[in-house]
Amino acid sequence: MKNNKLYTVIIKPEECKGCERCVNACPKSVLKMGEQLNFMGVPYAYYIGDGCIGCAACFYTCPEPGAITIIEKSEEGS
Amino acid sequence: MERTNKILLKGNEAVVYGALLAGCECFFGYPITPASEIAHTAARYFTRLGRVFLQAESEIAAINMVMGAAASGRRAMTASSGLGISLKQEGVSYLACCELPAVIVDVTRGGPGLGNIGPEQADYNQVVKGGGHGNYRCIVLAPSSVQEMCDFGVLSFELADKYRTPVYVMTDGVIGQMMESLELPAPLKKQPLPEWALDYGKNRNNMITSIFLEYDDLESVNIRLQEKYAEIRKHEQRAEEYLVDDADIVLVGYGIAGRIARSAIDELRERGVKAGLIRPITLFPFPVDCLTRTAEHTKMFISVEMSNGQMIDDIKLSIECCRPIELINRMGGNIPTVTEIVDKTSSFNDKLKTEHGKKRP
Amino acid sequence: MTGKIVYARSKGFFERFERRPGAIKDNMHYCPGCGHGILHKLIAEVISDYNIQDKTIFISPVGCSVFAYYYFDCFGISVPHGRAPAVATGLVRANPDNIVISYQGDGDLGAIGFNNFIQAANRGENIAVFFVNNAIYGMTGGQMAPTTLPGQKTQTSPFGRSVTNEGYPLKVSEMVAALDSPVYVERTALSSVRNIMNARKAVRKALRNTIDKKGFSMVEFLSGCPINLKMNAREMNEFIDNQMSNYFPLGCLKDIADSRDPIKRPEGVYNSRQVIDVLYPVKVQKGVAPDFRNPSRIFEKERRIKIAGFGGQGVLSLGMMIATMSKLRNFNVSWLPSYGPEMRGGTANCSVVLSREPVGSPVVDKECNLLIALNQPSLDKFLPELKTNGVLIYDSSTIEPPNCGDRIVYAVKASDIAKRIGDLKYANSVILGTLSVVMEDYFLEGADKQDFDRTFEEAIMDCFSSKQSVIQLNIDAFYAGKQAVFKENQPDGAADNYGDCAVKNK
Repeated sequence: MKNNKLYTVIIKPEECKGCERCVNACPKSVLKMGEQLNFMGVPYAYYIGDGCIGCAACFYTCPEPGAITIIEKSEEGS
Repeated sequence: MERTNKILLKGNEAVVYGALLAGCECFFGYPITPASEIAHTAARYFTRLGRVFLQAESEIAAINMVMGAAASGRRAMTASSGLGISLKQEGVSYLACCELPAVIVDVTRGGPGLGNIGPEQADYNQVVKGGGHGNYRCIVLAPSSVQEMCDFGVLSFELADKYRTPVYVMTDGVIGQMMESLELPAPLKKQPLPEWALDYGKNRNNMITSIFLEYDDLESVNIRLQEKYAEIRKHEQRAEEYLVDDADIVLVGYGIAGRIARSAIDELRERGVKAGLIRPITLFPFPVDCLTRTAEHTKMFISVEMSNGQMIDDIKLSIECCRPIELINRMGGNIPTVTEIVDKTSSFNDKLKTEHGKKRP
Repeated sequence: MTGKIVYARSKGFFERFERRPGAIKDNMHYCPGCGHGILHKLIAEVISDYNIQDKTIFISPVGCSVFAYYYFDCFGISVPHGRAPAVATGLVRANPDNIVISYQGDGDLGAIGFNNFIQAANRGENIAVFFVNNAIYGMTGGQMAPTTLPGQKTQTSPFGRSVTNEGYPLKVSEMVAALDSPVYVERTALSSVRNIMNARKAVRKALRNTIDKKGFSMVEFLSGCPINLKMNAREMNEFIDNQMSNYFPLGCLKDIADSRDPIKRPEGVYNSRQVIDVLYPVKVQKGVAPDFRNPSRIFEKERRIKIAGFGGQGVLSLGMMIATMSKLRNFNVSWLPSYGPEMRGGTANCSVVLSREPVGSPVVDKECNLLIALNQPSLDKFLPELKTNGVLIYDSSTIEPPNCGDRIVYAVKASDIAKRIGDLKYANSVILGTLSVVMEDYFLEGADKQDFDRTFEEAIMDCFSSKQSVIQLNIDAFYAGKQAVFKENQPDGAADNYGDCAVKNK
């Protein structure tokens, strides 16, 4: 079944500890580990920019309260 | 039906009556001789008044249940003896650091180890000096009659709330088991919950903790506690004086020992020995002012205690050893008799006279 | 970008973690990949969704989650190691409307605090326990936990947990589910997303039970400690799903909340009038004015009484009768029993001291004025403590006449008379009848002669206010005792020598 809605995921680099749980959990493999280090000195995950289905797997598996935000994009914003 | 406030009660019963009249809401305890009647009485009357009585699975559980109820802003108490008090010490340390008011009744028994169920006062150090880990003290009230057991059931909560600190009512097997006639005080009005309480209706930002990882933070907490104890030392010293003004020898005894010493003073006076009594009512704060004042005119102090000289240290510190201080004590559940105290005091008095003539012009 | 936020930082958390010391105020102190963070999010979401933040008290245990109160926007308290269920008990008993969460690790719950946990469960306390089982001690640096798997290497099981040395891992959920009181027990895992979503449901169910006051709910979470177990995220999930779950099978072990009624606790009574009705005794109908003093000179000095006999003979209650009589006549009086195991079958005795002044020593060990002996060993033991010219009353049903020298000795077949009246328990009143005769013969003056018997009757009513038949039988026993006295020894001059107070009525 086709999902008509469009989503995007925002990962705050400064709140990510680089555990990779979200990367492993994402069913669409749209999250990746980066090379850059954040202010804590750890590499952080990032969204490749396309393909999020809003399933929240990354959100619930992420141990940090606010590192991941998922947004349902409005029509005019897409 | 007409009611009277005159009643015959055991000390262990009276402290529960006092607590209930003070509006105590919760009792948590674990049975131990010779304190068990406190739990028995609480089970009956807390329940009849719709308040909380719960037999805990251990002394440790009981003090932590008290911590929970106290954190919720309620007047809460527990009771135990000797080894049970040892088990509670961790919880008492938490209460002290969290600045939670609570009342702990200690009806002391013989130790160390399992000891016996006879009356002893060997909990002095573990109750008066802190007992658990950390730089803390608890206010310690030492009743010597059933009337005082009841009255201190009230006073202990007043002090606990005023200073936000755990308060001990420390007595012994004799006072706990003894029945006396007394007058019950009037019931107090229920206190409103304190602002800091963890309870529906209060600010949910309220938080209670005793962990401070930053050394400076924990030091500040400790400094604040010491300031509080200084206030307590300044305002809450209590002692009963009996024929002290002209006394050559002053006996110092609390609880049952103080009471027997009082009978001994009467006999000593009949024999012509100018003896007096200071009965500490607060053990922390120790009645330093009263002892210092007395040391100006009296020639000798004697600690009368049912322990190995645990209180004598505080007498020495109070008067900075400016007078000779002797010990009359019994241990193991034995109670010093009036005759024993009279005889020993007389012989100290004789010694004092000869030495006074020789060495102390 | 415009759009609607669908998943974001829960309102169950503080917006910023100002309580957390140091520069980092947005995220938590846990290691990367730690299960605590995952679970914290599930809990925060529920307390926000259920709108219970103003009544939720989150208990931070000792362990890595000791600082959980940095994060949750609700009441918080940190408690001694293992004691969270006891503190929770205090909180929820103090106010049954408090929603109390006891958050505990495997050392806190399974080792040092297991008894507190299992007892709270067995009492059915209305709390939610969230039990994080990561098979290791995290905060202290990777030591063995009660739930460490067989063969698992830790700092304190460097060669692997041996089931013969350390035993098998503790199956907490199975144990607590076996109890009758708990309403809900489920084991979940913070591993795969599927398992996490099941855990989310379990958290919601547990807190729903607490809100509905259904009693004790516990959810166990198999959780990752990737740093101490030296695993990456993928290995950690595999360890939980393949190894831990083998030993700790996932699933609901108990869910009976629907069949339980909500817990109801009574409202405390604080109204002065009602408190007095429960605590103050009923005033006996007769009685004396508060300033009444019996004029007889015997009462000018402290009077010391010893009562001794066999445990169960009513020794202590006889002493209490005398104490009650003293109370009713405005004396200061103390009653001190021998206590402890000896009361349960051995000899028993009690000391009663009455005085116009505050009573001094309540211990009667010598200089006894009145000895009441109810069996032979007690008489033998305590007779030496009786003063010269003191009074001995004994039960001559069982005791041989003693040789007492200069003491006043009255005897009565108290047990025999009591049995005739219907029960041995009336022997006390028979003895008091005899005491009445001694008092009249030697010590009471003027109106006090009649007052003793009246005081006895008042005391009996004071003690047995609701039992009219018992009162009458005791009064019968008292007067029978007065009739049946043997005046065995009335030494010449005894009364004259009885301190400074005896009046020779003979």
